[in-house]
Amino acid sequence: MEKFTILDGVVAPLDRPNVDTDAIIPKQFLKSIKRTGFGPNLFDEWRYLDHGEPGMDNAQRPLNPEFVLNQPRYRGAQILLARDNFGCGSSREHALWALMDFGFRAVIAPSYADIFHNNSYKNGLLPVVLPAAVVDELFRHTVATPGYRLTIDLAAQKVVTPEGRAFGFEVDGFRKHCLLEGLDEIGLSLRHAEEIRAFEARHRASQPWLFD
Amino acid sequence: MQSQSTTARTLYDKLWDSHVVRQEPDGTALVYIDRHLVHEVTSPQAFEGLKLAGRKPWRPGSIVATADHNTPTRDWDQGIRDPISRLQVETLDANIREFGAKAYFPFLDSRQGIVHVIGPEQGATLPGMTVVCGDSHTSTHGAFAALAFGIGTSEVEHVLATQTLNLKKARSMLVRVEGRLGRGVTAKDIVLALIGRIGTAGGTGCAIEFAGSAIRALSMEGRMTLCNMAIEAGARAGMVAVDDTTIDYLRGRAFAPQGPLFERASAAWRLLASDAGARFDVVVDMEAAAIEPQVTWGTSPEMVAPVSGRVPNPAALDEPVRRTSLERALHYMGLQPDTPITNIAIDKVFIGSCTNSRIEDLRAAAEVVKGRSVAGSVKLALVVPGSGLVKRQAEAEGLDQVFRAAGFQWREPGCSMCLAMNDDRLEPGERCASTSNRNFEGRQGTGGRTHLVSPAMAAAAAVAGRFVDIRTL
Repeated sequence: MEKFTILDGVVAPLDRPNVDTDAIIPKQFLKSIKRTGFGPNLFDEWRYLDHGEPGMDNAQRPLNPEFVLNQPRYRGAQILLARDNFGCGSSREHALWALMDFGFRAVIAPSYADIFHNNSYKNGLLPVVLPAAVVDELFRHTVATPGYRLTIDLAAQKVVTPEGRAFGFEVDGFRKHCLLEGLDEIGLSLRHAEEIRAFEARHRASQPWLFD
Repeated sequence: MQSQSTTARTLYDKLWDSHVVRQEPDGTALVYIDRHLVHEVTSPQAFEGLKLAGRKPWRPGSIVATADHNTPTRDWDQGIRDPISRLQVETLDANIREFGAKAYFPFLDSRQGIVHVIGPEQGATLPGMTVVCGDSHTSTHGAFAALAFGIGTSEVEHVLATQTLNLKKARSMLVRVEGRLGRGVTAKDIVLALIGRIGTAGGTGCAIEFAGSAIRALSMEGRMTLCNMAIEAGARAGMVAVDDTTIDYLRGRAFAPQGPLFERASAAWRLLASDAGARFDVVVDMEAAAIEPQVTWGTSPEMVAPVSGRVPNPAALDEPVRRTSLERALHYMGLQPDTPITNIAIDKVFIGSCTNSRIEDLRAAAEVVKGRSVAGSVKLALVVPGSGLVKRQAEAEGLDQVFRAAGFQWREPGCSMCLAMNDDRLEPGERCASTSNRNFEGRQGTGGRTHLVSPAMAAAAAVAGRFVDIRTL
C-alpha cells in the first residue's frame, strides 16, 4: 500500500449527503477483474450526459458541465469534501479504486458508512472525519476561493487551512501506523500465524461442526 | 447495573468474545473467520493479490462460492453472452479450481443462486459462526445468530490469506419489536419502518440485535430479510438469537452437522442469546401493530412512507442540506410533493434479490397474484427465485404456473435487477415496484426509479398497475 504522510491538495466539494458507492462507481464497471482503470468512470452517471459502459472511449463522451468535478477550477483535486454518510451502500472496493485512480488521496466528511471507511484505509485513502460545522465552513471556503487547498498531516492528525487554522481529527492507532508506513496488513497479521493456528485448534475442538 | 454489565453479555458480545485471536492495546482485535462466502464480482482482485504475493488460502474448507451477480436469468443454454461478464465468472471458476473450496455452485449448477440465499439453505451458515463475504448484504446470515458482515476486496484477500480480520468492536443496538404484525405486514415492512425512523446512518458503528415477540414470531426467511437490510440502516451487522425456529430450519441441511453432532451443536447454539440484563449502547422500541406496509418514495431507503401516506413536501423542511436532498430525490423520482403513495403508477415489477427471493416470499407474492393478472400498463413483471432449490420448490408447489398465468416472467436464479449488472434492468424514467434493498439513483438501471416494497406489495402493485394497500385486497 502507498504511504500517506502529508497531503497538500486542491479541494473539490461534493455537496450532497448519503453519496452511495453505486453513484461512486456504477455496477456495469464492476465486471472488471482488475484493480485499475476505474478513474474515468468515477461518478459516471453524474459526470457524463450519456450512459457509460465498459470499453467506451470516455474522452469522446459528453460531459455534464454542471457536475463539480468537470469544472476546471477543481482539476487535479486530491481532497474530496463531502457530507454525511459518504460511501453508503455496497461494499464494492471498486469505489476506492475509482476515487484513487481519479487522483483523490483523502476525503473529508462528517461521517462515513462503515465498510467504505474500512476499505479506505486498506487502499491508502485517508477518510478524515471533521464536525459538521467545520465541514460546512470548509464548503463555504472551497466554493468561495478558486484553487482552495488544504493540508492534511496524518502524523499530527490535523487539517490545516491556507489561513493557518488547524482542525484535529481522530484516527485509530493501528490504522494510522499502517498508513504512515504503507504496510502490508496481511504480512502483519501473518506474523501472528502461530496464535491463529492455536486459536483454530481450540475452536475446532470445542465446535467441530464449524469445520469440514 | 454496573455489576450486571460485567457479567451479562449480549449475543454480539458472545459472538465477538468467542472469535478474538488476539487484541492490540488500542482495541483492534484479530478476529477468526469461520465461513467465507465468495462470489465473482469482489473476489478476482483478491485471488490475484494472493497469487502475486505467493500466498495460499489459509483454510479452503471455509470457502463456499457461487456466481450470482453477473449471471443471466434466462437463456441459460446460450451461456453468458456478455464477454466481460463471462470472463469474470470464468475467473471465479479458475480460482476455485486452483485454490479449492468446501463447496462451489457455479453458473448452471442446480444449486447455484444468490450467495445469501444458498449459504443458509445449504446449512453452510450456522449459529455461532463469523461469516464474511465481499458483499454488504452478508448481514443476512445474522438471522442465525452468526456474526456476519460485508467486507471489501482487500479484506477478502486478508481472510483468504490469514482466516482473520483486524476489527474493532462495534457498539451494540437493540431493536425490540413487540406485539403482533397486522395482516399483510412483513419483515420487510419492519425493517423499512426502522430505517425510516433511525435513518440510513442510524446504525453506523453498531451491531443490531433484533428481538421481541414480533421477531420471535418470524420465520427464518423473515429474519433473513430483516438482517439483510440492517446494512441499509448503516449497521455493521444484524442478528437474531437462536430459538426453536432456528434449530428446526437447520436440521437436515446439507452442510449442517448430522445426528448426534447436530444435537450437541444445538445445545451449544441455544446459549446464543443475550443474557437477561445485558446492556446495549442504544435501544430502539417498535410496536408491531403500528407498522403499516411500507413503500419507499425517494433515492435512499430512509425515504420511506407507510402505504397510507404521501410523498413529503420539501417546503416543510427548514434545514437546507436535507431540503436540497429531498428536492433532488423527488426530481429524480419524478414525483410531486404530497402525492398519495397509492396514486403512484409503476412500469415494472421485480420480485427477487437476497432480501426477498426465498420460498416464503414467492408464496406470499403468488397468493396475491393467484386468479389475477398483471395490469396492462405494466411493461414487465419478473420473478427471479433466489436459488435453484427455491426455484424447484416453487415449481413443485405450482407457484411458477400462478405467476406465468398472471403474466409474470419466471426466471433463473441470480441477483438480477436488484443491481442490474446483467440484462435485467430499468430504462431511464421507468418506475419499478421492487422487493430488493436499495433505491439509489441508477441502482436498477441508469435513470431508473425504484420503490422498495415487500413481495406481497410488489405483487399487488403488479396487478393494480400502481401501489395499493395489500390489506384492502
